[in-house]
Amino acid sequence: MKFAVVVFPGSNCDRDCEHVLSNVVGASVVTAWHGDRDLPAVDCVVLPGGFSYGDYLRAGAIAKISPIMESVAAFARRGGAVIGICNGFQVLLECGLLPGAMHRNRSLRFICKDTFVRCASSRTPFTSQLSPGDVLRLPIAHAEGNYFIAETELKSLQDNEQIIFQYASQSGEVGAEHNPNGSVYNIAGVCNTEGNVLGMMPHPERAAESILGNRDGLSLFAAIAESL
Amino acid sequence: MARARIVIRNKTGVFDPEGKVVHGGLARLGHDNVQEVRVGKVIDLTVDSSDAEVMRAQIDRMCREFLVNPVMEDYSVEFFDE
Repeated sequence: MKFAVVVFPGSNCDRDCEHVLSNVVGASVVTAWHGDRDLPAVDCVVLPGGFSYGDYLRAGAIAKISPIMESVAAFARRGGAVIGICNGFQVLLECGLLPGAMHRNRSLRFICKDTFVRCASSRTPFTSQLSPGDVLRLPIAHAEGNYFIAETELKSLQDNEQIIFQYASQSGEVGAEHNPNGSVYNIAGVCNTEGNVLGMMPHPERAAESILGNRDGLSLFAAIAESL
Repeated sequence: MARARIVIRNKTGVFDPEGKVVHGGLARLGHDNVQEVRVGKVIDLTVDSSDAEVMRAQIDRMCREFLVNPVMEDYSVEFFDE
């Protein structure tokens, strides 16, 4: 079970992802540098959080043209498992590997706090240990997490079971009052139609160990490790 | 050599956070008769091209593929002769 964590200039959550996968889950992990054209032979690709390329042009926009993303896109199209966390989610959106786009948070502020997300569907390999209705407490840390998608495409997401996480109360009630950034339909994470690519704004890698006081994010990494 | 100016704006109706912040800032500075503020981006290109049609099509492609996010942004292109 081999993972590749892609590192862009400005990525800053790559080491946390590596640590969880390597030391907590016990998987084999390599890093893949943005400038490398070839992806190593792996079972899963992680696009970590951070400020790749300084968020120049638009968050995640420059990553679209990095050499490594051609290989990552090909890997995803072949059915390979890809998870994009925070900036990683923004990269997946800009690359067209996930539908929609990311706006600045409605409050215009950078928000750094724990949120609750409800699992709307567990159909991805990352969420296979969860059941719909499960609530996870996960930290967010972003200024551009206001997920946007047009009405007609939102319907498509709903019909195709592509909405994976929504902001909710601790008891799992999804609602705008629990949504920190104003995202459409309180969306915190979506997958592609095939279900092998997941993007999410919260940081499961920051909630994967008891010593940090929160292990709610661990199953997202353990599930993929055990499913492959 | 030809020059093109691309002006990128958030689509009308799409949340314009920078516009909102700037509007509030102007009001705070006493400019309270400002009805609306929308903030965009300008990209100036100098292109080695002698064919206006070809360059126009090329710039449209640059915008569609990279410079503009079609989900949230609109753009216009102006050409200047050098």
